[in-house]
Order: sequence, then C-alpha cells, then structure tokens
Amino acid sequence: MKPAQFAYARAKDLPHALALWAEAGEDAQILAGGQSLIAGLGLRLADTPALIDINHVPDLAGVTESGDRIRIGAMTRHAELARNPLVAEHAPAIAEAAPLIAHPAIQARGTIGGSLAYADPAAEFPACVVALDAELVVQGQGGERRIPAADFFLGLYETALEPFELLTAIEIPKAGRRRQTVQELVRRHGDYAIVGIVLAADVQGDTLGAAKVVYFGVGDAPVVAEGAARALEQGDVSAALKALNDDLDPPGDLTGGPETKRHLARVILQRAINALRAQ
Amino acid sequence: MSENGFAHEVDVTVIVNGERVSRRVDARRHLVDFLRLDVGLTGTHTGCEHGVCGACTVQVNGDVVRGCLMLAAQADGAEVWTVEGLSDNGSLDALQKAFVERNALQCGFCTPGMLITAADLLARDAKPSREEIREHISGNYCRCTGYEAIVDAVEMAAGTRAGATQAGGGSQ
Repeated sequence: MKPAQFAYARAKDLPHALALWAEAGEDAQILAGGQSLIAGLGLRLADTPALIDINHVPDLAGVTESGDRIRIGAMTRHAELARNPLVAEHAPAIAEAAPLIAHPAIQARGTIGGSLAYADPAAEFPACVVALDAELVVQGQGGERRIPAADFFLGLYETALEPFELLTAIEIPKAGRRRQTVQELVRRHGDYAIVGIVLAADVQGDTLGAAKVVYFGVGDAPVVAEGAARALEQGDVSAALKALNDDLDPPGDLTGGPETKRHLARVILQRAINALRAQ
Repeated sequence: MSENGFAHEVDVTVIVNGERVSRRVDARRHLVDFLRLDVGLTGTHTGCEHGVCGACTVQVNGDVVRGCLMLAAQADGAEVWTVEGLSDNGSLDALQKAFVERNALQCGFCTPGMLITAADLLARDAKPSREEIREHISGNYCRCTGYEAIVDAVEMAAGTRAGATQAGGGSQ
C-alpha cells in the first residue's frame, strides 16, 4: 500500500510543467488532484518514475465566462464545481455531477481535468463534457490545440492526449434554454455508477430538441445513444427505450451483467426524461 | 523543497496544529505517514491506504482531505490540523462529548476521521438532517457501531452547537 519510489517536482507555471515532463520522460505523470493517481500508485497499479505536481500552477483553476461559453480550468476541484454560480447557471449538469463523485474529502481535492484525463468509463465528467459539446483545451510543447469532447475519449483510460500534452481547460457552450440532467444508479452514494446518463435537450412540449443522450458505466468510454436521441426529438419515449437495444452493448462487470445494465439504462433514461421535463 | 527540479527526497515545512514543522521526507511519503511517523501524531489513523475508509481524514488549508491520497511533499507550505490539534483547541468539544454520550465508538479506530468529517459538516451547516449527516460521513467507514449511534452523536452535537459559540475547525 506504499508506492514505489518516484521523484517529485512542483511546477511553478505551465511552461515549467511541460519542461519538467520533457526532462523526466513520457512515463512521468502529472499530479492533479491525485485522488485516483495516488491510490493507484499505492496499490502499485500505476508506476511512474516521476510526478509533476501542477497544484501550484497559476491560472489552471477557476471558472470564467467568455461570450457564449464558460471556461473551466482543468484544476478546478469538484467541491468548487458544485458551488460555483457560473457552473450552476451555464453548465448545470456539471454542478449536478460534482456531488455524486465520491465523498467530501475526495471532492475537496479531485479535479475535473484529472477526471477527464484519467478517463474512467464509469466516471460522471467524461459523459458530461460529451453531452454538453465541450471543447477540451490542451497544451503541449508545440502549443495549444482544442479537441471536441466527442473525439477525446478513445477507450478504457485512453484519451486523445498525445505524449507530453496537458489538459488545461474545458470550454462549454452555455446551456441557455437547453436543460440538462445527470442520473445514475449506485449501490452506495459516491460509488462509481452501475449505469449513469447525462441528458441535455431543448424541451418543447413532448419533444426533446437536439437531444444528447450519453451513458457512462456501459462501455469502455462514454457511450452516445444516437438512436434514443433521435426518437426523443420526435417525442417518442417508447421508441427511444427500444432504440437503446441497438445504441448500447454493455459488457458485464462486477456491478451487473449486460441484461441488467440494459434494463437499468432504460430505467434511468426515463428518470432523466422526467427530470428534464420537471425543470 | 527543491525549488525547480525533481527530487526523491523533499524538504517540507508544514504548519501542523499551529506549529511549524520541517522535515526531509521521501517524495512518496503519504501525508498521513508524515504525520504519524515523522511528526509522531498517531491520532490520525492509517486504514485502507487507498482513499476508501476515511480513517486518515485530516484538515489541509481548511478542507477535509484523505491523508493517504496526498503526499507530504504536496503539503509543503500548507496548514494541517489533526485530531490532536482540534481536540486541544476545543474545536471538537461538542462532538467528542456527544460521541461519548451516545456510545458512538467501540474500537475507536474510525473516530478521529469521523470527528473531523463531522466537524466539517457542522461548520457548513449547523443543523443538518440525519440524511445529510449520513451523506457527509458516507466516506468514513465504521466496522463496529452500525453508524446509528454516530449519526445520533453528530445530531446531538449540532443541537449543542446551536446555542454555543462558533467552534468550527481550527483553520476555518
């Protein structure tokens, strides 16, 4: 339960962090909130020659507004996301998801950037940023680039980040009239979800315009349920539930088999629709 | 702390319970092991060592954190409060009395973490419901009491606190 030896450096700014990373090599890891990484190192599931601590890099944390988007710094912690008024107003799914993650002591340290870069398939934030059409801002030695959230999650703990690229911010279009909700089923509060869903749409009577239906905990990355979304745009809930048969192909895991997960996916789609309509 | 580069051993200075403490630690040293083994404060317990059980809960710069999910190197320059300091300065008085009164501990292993987590809740919300108390301590495991007595005690302390002066965490 004690980690193997590694070296530690505290980055003073972003160029310093990137320089340290280049110096230490590709296997060095960025230490953000550390709530998965330090546990993984202790369990010896992860192994690294060096950690680059970015907790003291200025300007990586906090939420700002710019035009029709909000920008969330990668080092913004879950506790802050749960109470930030800009997040509550313009990206309510993020505010709703933050308290679902683990417990207060974890929420005080864990960061949204860390969660996205770690890319646990049962985590809430990856599905949120896909459902909200976010853009992920990453910085490498060659400069900055932007990756649509839909293209970011490639598989189990695998992202579009290139070696030595650091996630610095998440830009999310303001919700405006769109409504958003996050629903999940867990055995105990704070656990990773058995099945979870993020639903965002323009609610007009029975129809859910431009619906985004994104599941977590049912694959090796967030899963976009296109068929269900198209049916919801027609206001046809039963067709949406049926479409999930083709949209989802959940592998069984410790929390349940494929059929259980399919059933629960239908249950939470209905809950999410009800929640959206009740907003 | 080495200013710029990598180090396997790191010099840290931490304000622990109001006192400045300087040590040279392994980069891999967990904050909880720093407190227990390097500083000698064994009130903070080491349980699962992967962030699940909550026995190692301490306060860092006013936030409750897991001592096993933070490195001592990261605490350089931080203000840390443990159950020892929060007991000595009276921050936990009402909770400790209530825990005794309600038999909210048997073996006591989880108690320091429970107290610090409960104090964090009461600092945010002086009159939490039983459901909110359960929610807030959901990351702190107790293998003896079945939690009922702990929830009773926190509720009782909240009642005590309503008429008392602010007795929040030491660094808040």
